Amino acid sequence: MTVTVLEPVRATFRAVAATVVPETHALDTDGWATLESAVERALAARPERVRAQLVTFLRLIEYLPIARVVGRFSRLDASRRTLVLRRLEKSPILLIRRGFWGLRTLVMLGYYTQPEVQAAIGYRAHPDGWATRRRLAPPESRGTPLITLEVPRLPDDSTTG
Amino acid sequence: MTTTREYDIVIVGSGAGGGTVAQALAPMVAQGVRILVLEQGPRLDDHEFTGREDEMAPSLYEDGGGFLTADGTMTLAFGRLYGGSTVVYTGTSLVAPEHVIRSWCVPGLEHADLQRRSEKYMAQNQVHYLPRVLLNENNKLFFNGCHRLGFRAEQFPLNLDGCKGSSLCNLGCPNAAKMGTHRVQLPEAERQGVEVVSRAEVLRLEERAAFVRVHEKTPGGKGRPSEWAPGEYEVKARMIISCGGSVGTSALLLRSPVTAGLSGLGAGFTCHPAHILVAEHDHEITNDVGHPKSYYLDRATEEGFVLETCMYFPFTTAKNLTGFGAEHSALMHAYRRLQMIHVLACDKAVPENRITVDRSGKAVVHYTFTNAVVKSMVAATRTSARIFFAAGARRVHAPSADPPLIDRQSAYRLDDLITEAHFLPGRISVSAAHLMGGCAMGADSAGVTDSRGRVRDVPWLRVADSSLFPDSLEINPYLTIMALADRVAEGVQIDWRH
Repeated sequence: MTVTVLEPVRATFRAVAATVVPETHALDTDGWATLESAVERALAARPERVRAQLVTFLRLIEYLPIARVVGRFSRLDASRRTLVLRRLEKSPILLIRRGFWGLRTLVMLGYYTQPEVQAAIGYRAHPDGWATRRRLAPPESRGTPLITLEVPRLPDDSTTG
Repeated sequence: MTTTREYDIVIVGSGAGGGTVAQALAPMVAQGVRILVLEQGPRLDDHEFTGREDEMAPSLYEDGGGFLTADGTMTLAFGRLYGGSTVVYTGTSLVAPEHVIRSWCVPGLEHADLQRRSEKYMAQNQVHYLPRVLLNENNKLFFNGCHRLGFRAEQFPLNLDGCKGSSLCNLGCPNAAKMGTHRVQLPEAERQGVEVVSRAEVLRLEERAAFVRVHEKTPGGKGRPSEWAPGEYEVKARMIISCGGSVGTSALLLRSPVTAGLSGLGAGFTCHPAHILVAEHDHEITNDVGHPKSYYLDRATEEGFVLETCMYFPFTTAKNLTGFGAEHSALMHAYRRLQMIHVLACDKAVPENRITVDRSGKAVVHYTFTNAVVKSMVAATRTSARIFFAAGARRVHAPSADPPLIDRQSAYRLDDLITEAHFLPGRISVSAAHLMGGCAMGADSAGVTDSRGRVRDVPWLRVADSSLFPDSLEINPYLTIMALADRVAEGVQIDWRH
């Protein structure tokens, strides 16, 4: 069986993920597997040292609240988790801030690179570009010598905004 | 076992520098000169450019786009494939500002010469202005916001041919419309007999030789297998031209015994540190269709920054927004209503910002945000926020504000809300894609090379990439790299005859 980086800290990782991207709270088993496999792929390309640092940092997050007698991170309610992570995000110690930044980046990578999620937030970019928005489709741009082409200037009233 | 190969000229890297040198020297092949290009990354076929963020970033960028500076506070993006970073940028094509070239004080380097060479490559790369009908609302809103504030936004000349407006430029054009070196210079060089070997990592240089490791194709990964069998090679050459980019070339020379002791090597790194700023409108706009980067506002001389239009993909956008939780998610769900501006600070070379290598030979980039850079980025964020609001935005996301979301009702307090005190490295996302310096041209004792890229005291070695820049350029560097590489190639041809 393949041992994954997240395996020993999975509960904490999921608790952090659900705080960073609240939509992940509703993920089912397959949804978590998709998110975590993207994270694992990204981690596999990183040095062993970085993977070890991630696990250590997640353990720190899990037990940090105990020092304040509020319990383990993964057992806190959403508002308390948010408070803990806000403290990390704004910590006076750079190492803590960048650790949290890296962790939130991994969560966002696992979630927002999924095509279904991208569609759900309204992302529509497509290789065919303008042709996919039929009402708007203009012609293709062809290379024209720079010196012979007039630079278009927009009048102030051309915006839709 | 190490296999030995022999060539006359070996070019390391295939981006703006390497592709240009390869094409410029290609006619020498007909005279019997054997020329080889070694590219560390893979060679992708057209159908492999899918535009999908999850697939393309790991295939195109060093460290999948996650290369961090030594203290982890800035992400550096640079291409690692056939064509280098010319595959993954937006195609903006500007000639180096005259005042910048003058300020570099490189003996023998004249702005007029760079301009002439730049214009040659603009013609070769089909550089033109997009007609107005192809501009999306994300770009028009920027233009109009600038106009209402009394700023004059300029249109970017772009190296496109057949642009369909996919907006996916930074993931490699899926329509083969971007005229990078992978489309123009390298195919022409290969047609004339220059050999290109992909997945070939140059480990170190020794006297007139490159030691190379050719990697196997990763199972399931993109790109063709290497042209050579995987393994270790010693490639002997009469001349080697390093074109691996600011980070790649500096690291290669630092881990090579013949050059590691060169004075100034690795120093003078600059990169135009950048923020992605986002604003939300009340209504949908066209943002993820059409070319993403059509306009810019140059405030380099006055305030040390440049603003550009931009539009990024969901993960890149999410990563670059400060914060997390419900507010972050709400902004992501407003994706179709988002307008974006790319803020670039015109940083200056300082002693603490430099490239080194670790014990394994991997590049380490040390970068500290100077007070001047922080001041420029904060000023740029304030100006961007004003442009967003002038364009009709309902709220603006400013990394250097806490909380980062600023509503229209608070627009009159931008100077109080967006401050240097809130520029907290490690909390806010900063990235850079214009990596410059490390092997600076200069006068005899001051430069690693002369103005033709000749490395001091190493007659068989040249440099032809952005590592030559003695200081930042204040614009996208690719056209200037091509112009400099053209000069280097010309110098090689002159020296070869003698």
